[in-house]
Amino acid sequence: MRRLLRRLEGTRVSSRGLVVALPYLWLIAFFVAPFLIVLKISFSHAALAIPPYKPLVVWTSRSVLEIRLDLRNYLAMFAHRLYGDAFLNSLKVAFLSTVFSLAIGYPMAYGIARAGARARNILLLLVVLPFWTSQLLRIYAWVGLFKANGLINETLISLGVIHQPLTLLFTPFAMYVGIVYSYLPYVILPLYANLEKLDWQLVEAAQDLGCRPWQAFYKVTLPLSRNGIVAASMLVFIPATGEFVIPTLLGGPNSLMMGRILWDEFFSNRDWPVASAIAIVMLLVLVPCMMAYLRIQSRGSDS
Amino acid sequence: MVTAIGRRAAGEPWNDPDARPYVELRRVTKKFGEFTAVDDVSLKIYEREVFCLLGASGCGKTTLLRMLGGFESPTAGRILIDGEDVTDVPPYERPVNMMFQSYALFPHMNVEQNVAFGLKQDRLPKAVIRERVAAMLEMVQLGEYAKRKVGQLSGGQRQRVALARALVKRPKVLLLDEPLGALDKKLRERTQFELIGLQDKLGVTFLVVTHDQEEAMTLASRIGVMDRGTIAQAGTPAEIYEFPNSRFVADFIGSVNLFEGRLVEDEPEFVRIDSAELGGTILVGHGISSAPEAALWAALRPEKITMSRGAPPQTDNVTRGIVQDVAYLGDLSIYVVRLATGKLVRVTRPNTARHAEPVERDGEVYLSWDAASPVVVTR
Repeated sequence: MRRLLRRLEGTRVSSRGLVVALPYLWLIAFFVAPFLIVLKISFSHAALAIPPYKPLVVWTSRSVLEIRLDLRNYLAMFAHRLYGDAFLNSLKVAFLSTVFSLAIGYPMAYGIARAGARARNILLLLVVLPFWTSQLLRIYAWVGLFKANGLINETLISLGVIHQPLTLLFTPFAMYVGIVYSYLPYVILPLYANLEKLDWQLVEAAQDLGCRPWQAFYKVTLPLSRNGIVAASMLVFIPATGEFVIPTLLGGPNSLMMGRILWDEFFSNRDWPVASAIAIVMLLVLVPCMMAYLRIQSRGSDS
Repeated sequence: MVTAIGRRAAGEPWNDPDARPYVELRRVTKKFGEFTAVDDVSLKIYEREVFCLLGASGCGKTTLLRMLGGFESPTAGRILIDGEDVTDVPPYERPVNMMFQSYALFPHMNVEQNVAFGLKQDRLPKAVIRERVAAMLEMVQLGEYAKRKVGQLSGGQRQRVALARALVKRPKVLLLDEPLGALDKKLRERTQFELIGLQDKLGVTFLVVTHDQEEAMTLASRIGVMDRGTIAQAGTPAEIYEFPNSRFVADFIGSVNLFEGRLVEDEPEFVRIDSAELGGTILVGHGISSAPEAALWAALRPEKITMSRGAPPQTDNVTRGIVQDVAYLGDLSIYVVRLATGKLVRVTRPNTARHAEPVERDGEVYLSWDAASPVVVTR
């Protein structure tokens, strides 16, 4: 009897293990393994071969297993200003996009959270609606709006506001518009989720204790929505750093960003190792951001 | 029920026509769309009073409180505090503070910061703030908890932080929304007395909203019983209990037996009511002013009825019935007695002796009461 119980207990443990193992297996198969492959390629060197890089592990003729770690790709990234500039530019664009997205998204999320239950659902639907169209199409739509004979210029000229078409397309302005537009739902949704949970009585209490509405916002609403702000920032900042499509289509040739260089190295240059090295360095920059985020979140939940 | 009348609001300013009201509502109405939450309410509250608005949920008591706090503006009517019209004054400029039902403590601040919040908002010197916060925390016995996060406090402690935060600003009127609602029964009783003590010490006028009649009875100098947006009756707890002006009030405060009937004898000193429900007449030891044929009810509190197995000596105000139910509550027992007419009468009897004359279910008993006990209500 006791043995049977023990066995039953054993199976329970193993079934629990199975449940835990599944996500782990998933992460190992589709995240850790590809990452290791990329890491491996980044230590290789481009070659005319299939796959187009030199193998890392080589059997030499004297039955010796040789592992060659080629650090040239990483060193090249420090040697050429191009990479450093692109990197800094990527971070700058990501940072400014985050700030603009928050500046626009926060009031929208706030408005939705304070709207009546029915209006709220409609507004949320409107926020999510653009997701139903391919992002590429939406960016192309902006090209159509921004180009020299596009809707914006045509309208302004016909209204007599301007006489020459403005250069809108292929400017940083167009690129920021594109990024902010694309990522706005990612800002609004977490902020909404956060603000919706906020006890509005706290705001009333602040007003009762002498705060004008804006003071109550600054002293109560804003600090209490910190987690939402952090989550929203991360959801914009991280993908915007590696953004490729929007800078290419709207930003023009001067918007040198990491995502673009990575693309060029991989497809135009067919230099997989350099592309992999860029990917690894980007990861090394973004992972600390992510960890800082998780830390702030866990600290936030303490209080 | 414990009442503490006479301790606060020295004298009875509400009976003095020359007394200056401290808070005054003049014909205040509040509508939300088609729904009238507060319907033409006029009310005067005097300095140092503890006025309780008592009513079931949805009767408009919270809306009234929120209008005093400035969170809702009346559709019609004026609100005056200390002689000043504050109807259009925003909450952050009103000389009142509110203790919210949920306490609404700021979760991102510790106890001390919560209490200091309002004083900082007033830009008082740091030293003054520190001193006043410390004194206030001492007063609510939270001195040692100053640095605690709000999330680490028990319900009772949170309640005291909320109280301290509102009182530290020395408001002219403190508005309390179900101040004890979230506490368990034992703690509630203790806190009631602490609240009274604090009010006594600080001399702040309290306006309390509650649905708990016991809470209202304990705290209030006067109670305003609310029903569907209007104040059905305002008076001291004893007045409300002993002389309810309507069936609603009689029934809402405590429990009551109501006998419908009509006037058969109408003298200045007494009246006699013939009640088919009772199957006899009720002698009421005070005169009333009512139209002769109007329907009226004699209200009789369960504890004012004497129950005996033998026939009582009196001839008026006696009836007989069968005990249908007995509920033993420890300090008292509740008996439900069925009269010959089928009417059920509720009688309570304190269990003064451990082995009192037993009244058992299905036993026949006499019910009798004093002519001074019944109250006649006409609506």
